[in-house]
Amino acid sequence: MEKKMKNKTSVATQEGDRCPDNSAFKQQRLPAWKPQLTIASVLSSFFLTGAFCLAVGVCLVLSANSVREIQIDYSDKCSDCSKLRENSSNWNKECHCSINFTLKEDILGDVFMYYGLQNFYQNHRRYMMSRSDAQLLGRNVNRSYCAPFSTYRNGTPMAPCGAIANSMFNDTIDLFYNGNSSVIQVPLLKTGNSWWTDKNVKFRNPKSHNLSSAFAGTAHPPYWQKPVYLLDEEDERNNGYVNDDFIVWMRVSAFATFRNLYRRLRRTRHFADGLPAGNYTFRISYNFPVTRFKGRKHVILSTVVWSGGSNPFLGIAYVVSGAAATLTGFVITGIHLKLRKKKTYFQKQ
Amino acid sequence: ETFLNQLKIIIITMSYSAPGRTYSSCSVVQPNNSIKTSKYNFFTFLPLNLFEQFQRIANAYFLFLLILQLIPQISSLAWFTTVVPLVLVLAVSGVKDAIDDFNRHKSDKHVNNRPVQVLINGMLKEQKWMNVQVGDIIKLENNNFVTADLLLLSSSEPHSLTYIETAELDGETNLKVKQALTVTAELGEDLQKLTEFNGEVRCEAPNNKLDKFTGTLTLRGEKYALDNEKMLLRGCTIRNTEWCFGLVIYAGPDTKLMQNSGKTTFKRTSIDRLMNVLVLVIFAFLGLMCLILAIGNGIWEHDKGYYFQVYLPWAEGVNSASYSGFLMFWSYVIILNTVVPISLYVSVEIIRLGNSFYIDWDRKMYYPLNDTPAQARTTTLNEELGQIRYIFSDKTGTLTQNIMCFNKCSINGKSYGDVYDMSGQRIEINEKVDFSYNPLADPKFAFYDRSLVEAVRLNDVPAHRFFRLLSLCHTVMPEEKKEGNLVYQAQSPDEGALVTAARNFGFVFRARTPETITVVEMGETKIYKLLAILDFNNVRKRMSVIVRSPEGDLTLYCKGADTILYELLHPSCNSLKEETTEHLNEFAGEGLRTLVVAYKSLEEDYFQDWIRRHHEASTALEGREEKLSELYEEIEKDLMLLGATAIEDKLQDGVPQTIETLAKANIKIWVLTGDKQETAMNIGYSCNLLNDDMEDVFVIEGSTSDDVLNELRKKMKPDSFLDSDEINIQFEKSSKKQIIIPDEQANGVYGLVITGHSLAYALEGNLELELVRTACMCKVVICCRVTPLQKAQVVELVKKYKKAVTLAIGDGANDVSMIKTAHIGVGISGQEGMQAVLSSDFSFAQFRYLQRLLLVHGRWSYIRMCKFLKYFFYKNFAFTLVHFWYGFFSGFSAQTVYDEWFITLYNLVYTSLPVLGMSLFDQDVDDRWSMLFPQLYVPGQQNLYFNKVVFVKCMLQGIYSSLILFFIPYGAMYNTVRSDGKAIADYQSFALMAQTCLLIVVSVQIGLDTSYWTVVNQFFIWGSLSVYFAITFTMYSDGMYLIFTASFPFIGTARNTLSQPNVWLAIFLSIALCVLPVVGFRFLKAQLKPTPSDKVRRNYLIKPEILLSMAWARWGAALHRRGVGFLLSGVPQLAANSPDVQRGQELATAIVPSKKHRNPSGGGSVEPQALNTSLLH
Repeated sequence: MEKKMKNKTSVATQEGDRCPDNSAFKQQRLPAWKPQLTIASVLSSFFLTGAFCLAVGVCLVLSANSVREIQIDYSDKCSDCSKLRENSSNWNKECHCSINFTLKEDILGDVFMYYGLQNFYQNHRRYMMSRSDAQLLGRNVNRSYCAPFSTYRNGTPMAPCGAIANSMFNDTIDLFYNGNSSVIQVPLLKTGNSWWTDKNVKFRNPKSHNLSSAFAGTAHPPYWQKPVYLLDEEDERNNGYVNDDFIVWMRVSAFATFRNLYRRLRRTRHFADGLPAGNYTFRISYNFPVTRFKGRKHVILSTVVWSGGSNPFLGIAYVVSGAAATLTGFVITGIHLKLRKKKTYFQKQ
Repeated sequence: ETFLNQLKIIIITMSYSAPGRTYSSCSVVQPNNSIKTSKYNFFTFLPLNLFEQFQRIANAYFLFLLILQLIPQISSLAWFTTVVPLVLVLAVSGVKDAIDDFNRHKSDKHVNNRPVQVLINGMLKEQKWMNVQVGDIIKLENNNFVTADLLLLSSSEPHSLTYIETAELDGETNLKVKQALTVTAELGEDLQKLTEFNGEVRCEAPNNKLDKFTGTLTLRGEKYALDNEKMLLRGCTIRNTEWCFGLVIYAGPDTKLMQNSGKTTFKRTSIDRLMNVLVLVIFAFLGLMCLILAIGNGIWEHDKGYYFQVYLPWAEGVNSASYSGFLMFWSYVIILNTVVPISLYVSVEIIRLGNSFYIDWDRKMYYPLNDTPAQARTTTLNEELGQIRYIFSDKTGTLTQNIMCFNKCSINGKSYGDVYDMSGQRIEINEKVDFSYNPLADPKFAFYDRSLVEAVRLNDVPAHRFFRLLSLCHTVMPEEKKEGNLVYQAQSPDEGALVTAARNFGFVFRARTPETITVVEMGETKIYKLLAILDFNNVRKRMSVIVRSPEGDLTLYCKGADTILYELLHPSCNSLKEETTEHLNEFAGEGLRTLVVAYKSLEEDYFQDWIRRHHEASTALEGREEKLSELYEEIEKDLMLLGATAIEDKLQDGVPQTIETLAKANIKIWVLTGDKQETAMNIGYSCNLLNDDMEDVFVIEGSTSDDVLNELRKKMKPDSFLDSDEINIQFEKSSKKQIIIPDEQANGVYGLVITGHSLAYALEGNLELELVRTACMCKVVICCRVTPLQKAQVVELVKKYKKAVTLAIGDGANDVSMIKTAHIGVGISGQEGMQAVLSSDFSFAQFRYLQRLLLVHGRWSYIRMCKFLKYFFYKNFAFTLVHFWYGFFSGFSAQTVYDEWFITLYNLVYTSLPVLGMSLFDQDVDDRWSMLFPQLYVPGQQNLYFNKVVFVKCMLQGIYSSLILFFIPYGAMYNTVRSDGKAIADYQSFALMAQTCLLIVVSVQIGLDTSYWTVVNQFFIWGSLSVYFAITFTMYSDGMYLIFTASFPFIGTARNTLSQPNVWLAIFLSIALCVLPVVGFRFLKAQLKPTPSDKVRRNYLIKPEILLSMAWARWGAALHRRGVGFLLSGVPQLAANSPDVQRGQELATAIVPSKKHRNPSGGGSVEPQALNTSLLH
């Protein structure tokens, strides 16, 4: 009997050739962390998130509120100009208008000037596709991507080509400070407004001994008044494809309402601390027609804070989410306590 | 006429000149012996393989998208977004197919070039297999593979016997014997005679029936019958035979082996079917979204786009807003295509494969005694294992060990086997009868009743006749490698047990030739002439032999099932019959398998007449079987009853526990067995299927069971006859074909036993509905005396009327049909050959592994698959629908939100591994817990974790997430600037922000879904996120832009955007808003409406000591049940581990041979059950 037993046990523990490996992986016994939704982890995630969101939200709202911003819709203020521009045959007639405004307090710190467009669908797929990045890198390539603005009927290629380049915002906006005695033009920087990568990597002029010869054989897009190599005649490094206004425009917006950086305040002399209080005038050379498609144009002066511009959305969203998370935390606590009470009650029974 | 068409004629002519032999046939082309299992060659691979792959709907869909993308007006995405995933998927499958086919080519070539000796012009010449033709005569030697389907002509062994092994053909490893016709056997090895051999073979057309062959050989005007016994089939191996000659009958693709290959029916899981429905739903949803956007585009172009033409003229050829809308519909089809994920099917296959490997690797399903690991033979059905509601089990070899021991017998009205003391009380002794007087006795044989030996030694005539019958009437093959060391090769273990018993009692079956049987009777060698074998089959349920003894007496010996044999007895046996019946009932009551044996002396004249007619019948080509069975019936009557045998078939280890566990998992078990009712019921009791707690056990054995069924239902559920009964109303309304019978509750626990006879009636017509309804109300159903076909019919019945997943488990050839019919077939690799295993989807060695297969592997696979699908649909909805919302802000222009590269890589690279990791490693509770709490299995049966409602929930969650993922970045970016005043609301920054939000959100979501974080999961999740950032920064780098200007226009976006605090704040907010509601919802759901798994997990966390106490309770119960033997085994590892406890039980049963199966049911097992329920509330 005993002998038999021994025999059996030894057979039972013996492993044949086909016995699977005893590895943790194969036996599905890999050590693992088994997180659980416990009351503690759930409540702490809700309350911690809630607290964090509320704190961040309050900071965001406060800082967004500290942003000073002046936004002026000038699409109708220069009504003569907008009518003039509705007729495309007047394209080469100049039209200027002035808009006055008053600053009651100084705007301290860096001040940025933006132009804003509304209802301008820069994010339309065909619009967005209509560009040639290779051309903007200074390469001579075919412009098939640029349809329908790639070449003129006579075969002259457009430089730069494409719908985006063609529709470039071409109003010029100058800001004047009406001092007590004289009118001072506010000094504005027109460079340094674009991403470093765009300015230095993504956009390059074709190589040649001078810029106009580099663009020889090409013509400016139909809506432009001057060729690309005359965008900024004063600054060689801001001319041609590497012109900041052009680069900023070419970085198309995600939505139909957007603002692009146009100028920055050059903080010298009178404006060393920012814009002093007083009367100002925007002098606008009105070239960019928007009435046809019911668009609006704005000019905006704004300061910035750590979180960017004056957009209050994120702050409010944080406050609301934080409040909601905290509230839900309380609700869950309530339900949990009620359930536990019920359970202990039953257990006592 | 049709018969002629199916005939194949081979004429073997004298042919010195012609190298081959001529043959003619109704089929025009006779193939040579080369086979081709490969599908492609070098040139056809690409077109054929692509054609096959594009027949899959997902691939075809992507091809369609690709074509759409090539239309410039429509193309809204770069070509690579579709091509890269498509090519990847096609390439993976293509490479797999190519490797498979290459291997097939190699093996074809190998097989086709094997050498074989062919008789050509009177000489044996070596030829390649592929050059062998029908009509050739070939010579095979020991251990050779059979070249083609051959007619055996002659062999080296006496009586031209040839031994073969058919492992490659049907998986059975026992030797089988084939024998040539005497007339061809004379040819011997004489090449001259063989060359001159001419005749004509007529046989049936090639078919795939392995066990059947009908033909005739006409030789010198004489006709000879050919049957399967004279055929050597391709795929067999010659064993123990020096040489043999054969005539090629079927070659190459005509051989039975090849005819059997490649015709596998695919089983599909219910999730597969659901998935197909869902894909269609998604298509409809996609169409709807595109329609909305297309209409939106029409309106937009009409209202705004028309005026915006100053800056953006309409595309060429577009002249109206509505036409633009039409084009946009297709553009959006391209963009939103990711709601139907191409990688879904590939991933599902990978997950199933992985989970199948776990089954193969599981040591707890490995049976060391015969070195058999569990095997997942079908790798596409795993998750269905977690949804089983009905198990159909064979009894013999499945619930029992199928190791047969001759245990008792009744000879001439006297019962042997039990030992009684003086007062007539049965006593149990363990002292075996001493068989040392018989030098040829099998030492392993155990018998306890001394009186039978005494009877034999005292030359009791009936006893001698009884054992003589047992030693003569069988089909066992003896093997005597050493003198006196006999080994029997039996096709059925019952026969082996009987012949072994006869051997030990002094009637040693020693040798067999086709015409003689040598028996050593009480030390004296006698040679009986074997005149006929009336073989066993499932209809006859008996077998007989007709032998002539050395003294010249003609006797027919018959053994078979009592019901059949009792009809054939001579009236003079009536009184003996009664006594024997009593004994039979007694035996059956103990769960033994019984056979009745009888004999009959034959008259010479009658027999000669009969054998002549027998010969005629057996050479008939038409209706051979009917004629033979008529003849058999004619001679097998007026038999003289000799007695009965009782064979014990021990229950497998752990069967009662397994059945108890499975029953707790709400799985209904039906036992379908060929045994008789008493035996079946007894096994039912001993393995806990039936017990005394049951209200009643009904037996249906009438020939019209209608009344019985009605009565049963009246008792179980009286209101089921009322017209107001819901199901009756449903019957009235719907046509019979689509009825699904819902689950009904009976007013108590009932068992049902139904015999095959009654089952035959019940399976007809309207009665089958009644049967299903009644049977499904019972806790246990036992069908006894059922044929293999009926087994399949019962399974089919439940499949048809119950929307339930079925599993059939069995071990023998008679279970094959049921295994193939059920949703999942499980084969037990045991004593009865391999046929069941070969046709099964999963196989293992012991019934008790079934609980691990279902409760652990099945459950995990199901949960993993469901989690995978939920997450997969969610992540694709969240991903794709963002485009939908963006449409409303971008003039419905089919502008994508994300970078095109992100779209390309999202499903393939960024999110594929974490979800695969989860679906390969996740465990909500570990294996011990799933075994301890079988209730955890129930949600799978009810399909709770993934169904249409769950899918809609995923969709809603996806929609919610996509809203957050679009509107939070939108709000955060709207009209805003960077902290240095520069622009940030540009498209590229927005795209980057949205895609980063999305990726982090879906990663957190997978983290939330993962309940078992192994190293691999950590690696995959963190790795995928890191890879995303690495790839993004690389693609947006200066270098990539300067080299591939057109492909990577996002230069610098990552650097400029991700350095902004408000971008990260927006990302954090999106994550919080996407994830927190899910966390809260899940937690509250677990609190308010907990699933069984939630309950277990909660306790698992809080009270680990409960597990320990439960294991102890269980162990104690086991101890109680199993007796002291358990202690002997000294289980050291009872550390709260139930599989180990089980193992202990295995040992215990091995040590203490329990004479009686029937346990006091309940007993100690109550305790853990009580604990169990208390834990769940």
